[in-house]
Amino acid sequence: MRDELLDRILPTVSKPARYTGGEWNSITKDWDACDVRWALAFPDTYEIGMSNLGVAILYDQLNGQEGILAERVYAPWIDMEDAMRAAGVPLFTLESRQAVAKFDIIGFSLPYEQLYTNLLNMLDLAGLPVLAAERDERHPLVIAGGGAVFNPEPLADFVDAFALGDGEEMVLDISHAIRQAKQQRDRREAVLRRLAAIDGVYVPRFYQVTYGQDGTIASVQPTVDEARMPVRKRLVPTLPPPISRPLVPFLDTVHNRAVVEIQRGCTRGCRFCHAGMVYRPMRERPVDQVLEAVDAIVANAGFEEIALLSLSASDYSQIETLVGELVSRYGDRHLSISLPSLRIESVSVDLMEQLQSTGRRTSFTFAPEAATERLRAVINKPIADQDLLDVAEEIYGRGWKTIKLYFMIGHPTQGLEDVAAIVELSKQVRAVGRRLLGRKAQVNVGVSTLVPKPHTPFQWLPLATEDEVKEQQDYLKEHLRGPGLKLNWNNYQETLLEAALSRGDRRLGAVIQRAWQLGARFDGWSDQFKVEAWRQAFRETGLELGFYVRRLRPVEEVFPWDHLDAGVSKRFLIRDYEAALQGETRPDCREQCYACGILTAFRTERADLEEDAWGCPPLRAGSRSKETVAHGG
Amino acid sequence: MVDDQSPKQRLRLWFARGRELRYVSHLDMARAWERSFRRAGLPVAYSRGFNPRPRFQIAAALPVGVTGRRELIDVWLDSPLTPQDLLDRLRPVLPRGLDALDVQQVDLRAPSLQSQMRAASYLVAVNSREPVAAIQTRIESLLDAPVIMRQRHHKGKMQSYDLRPLVQSVEVKPRGDEERVLSMRLQASPQGAGRPDEVLDVLGLSTVPHSIERTNLYFEFDK
Repeated sequence: MRDELLDRILPTVSKPARYTGGEWNSITKDWDACDVRWALAFPDTYEIGMSNLGVAILYDQLNGQEGILAERVYAPWIDMEDAMRAAGVPLFTLESRQAVAKFDIIGFSLPYEQLYTNLLNMLDLAGLPVLAAERDERHPLVIAGGGAVFNPEPLADFVDAFALGDGEEMVLDISHAIRQAKQQRDRREAVLRRLAAIDGVYVPRFYQVTYGQDGTIASVQPTVDEARMPVRKRLVPTLPPPISRPLVPFLDTVHNRAVVEIQRGCTRGCRFCHAGMVYRPMRERPVDQVLEAVDAIVANAGFEEIALLSLSASDYSQIETLVGELVSRYGDRHLSISLPSLRIESVSVDLMEQLQSTGRRTSFTFAPEAATERLRAVINKPIADQDLLDVAEEIYGRGWKTIKLYFMIGHPTQGLEDVAAIVELSKQVRAVGRRLLGRKAQVNVGVSTLVPKPHTPFQWLPLATEDEVKEQQDYLKEHLRGPGLKLNWNNYQETLLEAALSRGDRRLGAVIQRAWQLGARFDGWSDQFKVEAWRQAFRETGLELGFYVRRLRPVEEVFPWDHLDAGVSKRFLIRDYEAALQGETRPDCREQCYACGILTAFRTERADLEEDAWGCPPLRAGSRSKETVAHGG
Repeated sequence: MVDDQSPKQRLRLWFARGRELRYVSHLDMARAWERSFRRAGLPVAYSRGFNPRPRFQIAAALPVGVTGRRELIDVWLDSPLTPQDLLDRLRPVLPRGLDALDVQQVDLRAPSLQSQMRAASYLVAVNSREPVAAIQTRIESLLDAPVIMRQRHHKGKMQSYDLRPLVQSVEVKPRGDEERVLSMRLQASPQGAGRPDEVLDVLGLSTVPHSIERTNLYFEFDK
């Protein structure tokens, strides 16, 4: 990339520092000394992408290897895209400013579905054909990983290979395969066959999908020997030490802080929760390792804040020891430590109090997700109303002024009384605050709409209709107001798109491509979301949006993601779905095994570990056979 | 009353900001300094109150796109360091594009840098083949004008102001065939600051590709 050209463009765009790199701890390796070159791409803005842990982990992992380099690229904002296209500047990486098209691999991170049009747009800005079938060995391989790719089918036309599950080891295997492919001067087909042979890698072109009369999938057949059936996600049995030299941005990013992932996976089994299902089993990092990482990060990065990341920080087995030790080490050093995912229990308040012993008490966030005990049993997030109120009492009583509560509407079996209960419960919380703090007490309520996700017990459910959601949102807007109350809700059209893409099949590729041609990009940004482009794309391609979002799917239906195995068996998901409809809870699976299938799927990996490494209870003879049966051998 | 929590030392650091960081905004530069101080393990003093902030002051914001050859920052410390200690600790942890030049100890009670500032000098390299004499003519008419009324954004409103008294000197020289270099000295004090891009605009050069470097800052205490 010619610097002068960039210098002409950058002064004309907003936040030019998005495109200039040079952050502390960024790594620019010698281009010619490396034979495997990754462009790690995050298809959203710099500020969002820099807050993504997956990219950070892979950047660290790949650059730590001899002969491999990894550089970053984010989606240019609209103004920069226009300026680049006008000046003929192709998409380039931040580190060396090389054109992305010169790399061996473009590795996209896809935590959510609203990024799909940006993926196409970035390929196009790189000067590459967006369709995988139109690319060959002269072009970089396009690989994608992250939470959304557990159903990657809508992207099957555009992406050469998907990496399912933990990336730490998989990216090394992929790098090795690419090195061999380059040495052997493989054609594209041969490279992809090498990749298909790697655990966790899914190459969609090697699977033929046929559809029945009703539009659902009739069969999925692998077409080459290397293509597995099913493709099981990759698992890192023991988490490697966390990164200790994180990138330090100049710009104010969304999560402008260091992160130490203390735990991956979760044992709570909330039925709506995609992450809770696909990131099993639960793996913890030892306290000493976490402390060592915090020490290193403080010295190496200089962040003012460190977040301890986990799906449920309260469930980290030694959370109190960890927090106590962090407070004693850093309490007087102007370092704030945050725990972003606390359960609704008084111990959470104790932990926060320790962490915020100095400084300002801002707000406290909880996610009851449903407002009645009955409905919380359906979604398997059992908490008593009284417990929530008791915790609110502790929070306001100790000086926090704001409690944020997150709920969802559109849960299965939900009635209007469950929606009315959101108002009731929020007002009860406010009443507690008023009693203790007077008019300073604040309750902020966020209400989103349930999007049934693949690989969860809710994957059979329809999305609530627009009329239902509108009625419920209107009710909330009318009743959930007044001093000390604030309500936020989601735009239904955006929810609709997320719902269609998350359980879509390959045929949706045509819709995505058309919507992108019609100008859709940054679909996760309300001010950019172009609902008309998507409507037109569905119309022109003749696909029914309702087919993807509105059907109550029969349990025997073959799903587009059934040949991809997150380790949790479909049989378990069916049982749990039925349990949900009965209002049966399945509390913390560290207490009792519900035979989700993860131990069977990864029995080889588990064999070398301590019995309690994943928090699963010791196997009794009975439960082992049950689990084996559940998988049908 | 002796307050043993008050800062023990104030050090004044001269630094340069290179091309690598020229697109970083003033607010983001302040954060970059804070994080560099933390990496250096400096005993930076913090303000009291609900939201303690590290105590340092940057003399003057560098506009986005502008590099700086000799900028200034004051930092307050809770325990004393020699100027050399500060340099030794800071230099290895500064991002590319930020260079620590030298350090002096100053009186804890000395007035703030901003209140002491008087002027700033700039070098502007313009990609232009225009005869130097033509530019020179426009410079002369700028300097001869009694008043140059301009509009600028201030706190969300358009405001008009007189640029002329803020311009202390402007000169132009050729640099090869394709570049013309303007050197200018502009007022930069609590009473008002001139901006080099405004001068360029008056000279009809703002739309030509150019780069701006602030070469020095001038203070009351320089005298």
